[in-house]
Amino acid sequence: MTPARRQSLLWLAQRGSAVVLALCVVVHVATMIVAVRGGLTAAEILGRTRGSVAWAAFYGLFVLGVAIHAPIGLRTILAEVRGGHARGIDAAMLAFAAGLLALGLRAIFAVTTGSAP
Amino acid sequence: MTGLPMSPPPGRPKEGSLPLGGKARSAKGALIGPPPGRPKEGSLPLGGTARSAKGALMSPPPGRPKEGSLPLGGTARSAKGAPTSTLSVRVWRGGAEGAGGRFVTYKVPRVPAQTVLDVVTHIQRRIDATLAYRFACRVGMCGSCAMTVNGRARWTCRTHVQTVAGDGALEIAPLAHLPVIRDLVTDMGEFFDKWARAKGQFVPTATRHDDFATIAPASQERRAVDAAIECIGCGVCYASCDVVRWNPAYLGPAALNRAWTLVNDPRDGAHNQRLAAVAGDAGCHACHTHQSCTDRCPKQLSPTASIASLKRKAAFAAMTGAIQ
Repeated sequence: MTPARRQSLLWLAQRGSAVVLALCVVVHVATMIVAVRGGLTAAEILGRTRGSVAWAAFYGLFVLGVAIHAPIGLRTILAEVRGGHARGIDAAMLAFAAGLLALGLRAIFAVTTGSAP
Repeated sequence: MTGLPMSPPPGRPKEGSLPLGGKARSAKGALIGPPPGRPKEGSLPLGGTARSAKGALMSPPPGRPKEGSLPLGGTARSAKGAPTSTLSVRVWRGGAEGAGGRFVTYKVPRVPAQTVLDVVTHIQRRIDATLAYRFACRVGMCGSCAMTVNGRARWTCRTHVQTVAGDGALEIAPLAHLPVIRDLVTDMGEFFDKWARAKGQFVPTATRHDDFATIAPASQERRAVDAAIECIGCGVCYASCDVVRWNPAYLGPAALNRAWTLVNDPRDGAHNQRLAAVAGDAGCHACHTHQSCTDRCPKQLSPTASIASLKRKAAFAAMTGAIQ
């Protein structure tokens, strides 16, 4: 893949994931405020999230958005600091994305099922 | 409507076209300061005969106010003949920083309606004839007199002293992000090379046997071209761009703006190649949308908008496989 095609697709992925994140962050923050002000305890919250496919799907989308968005932005920052793109940066960002995805999905699994994977 | 009025093709100033040891012209025909020891007043066109950007001999327009109102090349004086006050002007002299360059302070008489170019010209004519700087038209048409004035890139011919030096102090330096040749003259070579790298040349698809292209003035493409076509390549946006400072390989606002006009030209036959050229690591996607270029463009263009549009166009081209 040429740098031009790669940059264009990465730009598209970052803009698309930004739209998803904007929505997810608003829903997440609003839910947190409502839950805390409503006086729900952690146990009550976990009781509602456990087994909830909708909750898992929403936060799965959230985690996916983060795993796409953050490494692309960090890749740009590293390239600017370093003074140019290099294969090493791309490999490191792929690993970073995989790490974010694994940690996020693990947390969702744990909250949804009540057990650590 | 027939044909899009396109700006001149980007041309790189020839290396040897800035002979600092003699009367010289830049790519735009701008005059460089005379060599040391030759402070001939008649050799510069201010107030006398002048040469246009293309080198044609021009006379002052009839009916133009005489020297007194615009004291270019003469002693700056008020309407009553006496200097009104004095400007303290720090001017960059020599080569780049670290190569012997430094600021030198001059005292210049202040007069009404004085431009920064008037100030530089006064210094060269009356104080130090070895000062090198570049200008041509003096009326905001050629874009060759751009310099850094009090830390900001501007056209010196269209910048009144009263708007930038309220406290009577001026600092004039060469444009940023370009190699300094001498004093206030920069080498614009890399700037125009980037226009070529962004495929800023029109690639025709028609022959002389074809009819004129018909482009509706209200068409989306034509309006996009209209919004960006008036760039005259002065380099103010390039010198104001943070990304150029961080990443010298970045094509810069002017080259990308030029590419955007051609991407919207239905007569051009290299849209995909151009999009591929501007979408690389140092292309449109490197722009951080700081909008310094848009803020400082003396032509009130918006290279930022052109670059943002290029990003969208390149992304669409990548999705459809037009960019491989």
